[in-house]
Amino acid sequence: MIVPYSHVLLLSALLFVVGMLCAVGRRNLIMILLGLEVMLNAGAIAFVGAALRWQQIEGQTVVIFVLAIAAAEVSIGLALIVWAYRRTESLDPERLQDLDTAEPL
Amino acid sequence: MTIYALLFYLLAAVILVSTAIAVTRRNLVHAAIFLVASFFASALLFYLLGAPLLAMLEIIVYVGAIMVLFLFVIMMLKEKPASNRPAARGRKLWTATLGLIYLLAVILLVFATGPRGQTPLTPAVASPAAFGRYLFQGHWLGIEIASLLLLIALIGVLHLGHTAARRTAAGIEEEK
Repeated sequence: MIVPYSHVLLLSALLFVVGMLCAVGRRNLIMILLGLEVMLNAGAIAFVGAALRWQQIEGQTVVIFVLAIAAAEVSIGLALIVWAYRRTESLDPERLQDLDTAEPL
Repeated sequence: MTIYALLFYLLAAVILVSTAIAVTRRNLVHAAIFLVASFFASALLFYLLGAPLLAMLEIIVYVGAIMVLFLFVIMMLKEKPASNRPAARGRKLWTATLGLIYLLAVILLVFATGPRGQTPLTPAVASPAAFGRYLFQGHWLGIEIASLLLLIALIGVLHLGHTAARRTAAGIEEEK
C-alpha cells in the first residue's frame, strides 16, 4: 500500500502554493513563468494520484494534455519575454506597465 | 510503513525542498537547475504512482524541452543586476497572507473528506501499451487538437522571433 490520497493532494497543494508565491511575488518575467510551470506540475501530480486512487486511467490522459499545453505556453511565453526584453532592455514586469505610442507588434 | 510509503515521502520532500529553493534564487540559472531536480523527483513520483510513460514523458518534455528552452532564453538575455530587486515589503506581506489562507483552506478540505480520503492507494501500473491504446481510442480528438495547438504555438513563436529580429536589425542600421 502507498500513502492515502489525501497525502498526495497535500503534496500537490503545497507545490501549488510554492508555484503561486513564485509567480506572484517575484519581479522577474522568467521567474513568473517558472512559477506557472511549478503550478502545472502540481496539478499533474494531483491527477496522477487521482488515477491511482480510483483505478482509472483517465487521470493520466489529462496529464498528457497538461504536458502539451505547458510546452505550447512556455514557448509562446518565452518568445513574448524575448520581445519584451528587446523593448525595455530588462526583465522587470514593472517596466511594461505603461501603454505608450510606439509601433504595434 | 511500507517501502512505497517511504519512497513517496522521500520524493515529496525532495520535490518541495528543491522547488522552494528554486523560487528563492537570485540567479536564474540556479533556479532553473533546482527546478530540473524537482521535475526529476516528480517524474520518479509518477513512476511510483503507476504511470511509467508519464514519468518518461515528463523527463523528455518537461525537463528536456521546456527547461532547456528556459535555460536558452536565460543565458541569451543579459539582465542588469539592478532590475532583479526583491519585491517590496507590502507585496511580500500580501503574498504570504494569501498563501497562508490558501494553505489553510486546502488542509481543511483535504482532511475533512472523512475516512474515504484516508484509504491507502493500492499500487497499480498503467503499461504504456494499454495507456497508448486508451488514449488514441478514446481521446483521439484531444490529441489532434493538442497537435494543432503546438502547430499554432510554433507559428506564433516563429512570427514573434522573425519580427523581433527584423526590428533589432533595423534598429542597428538606423544607429549606423
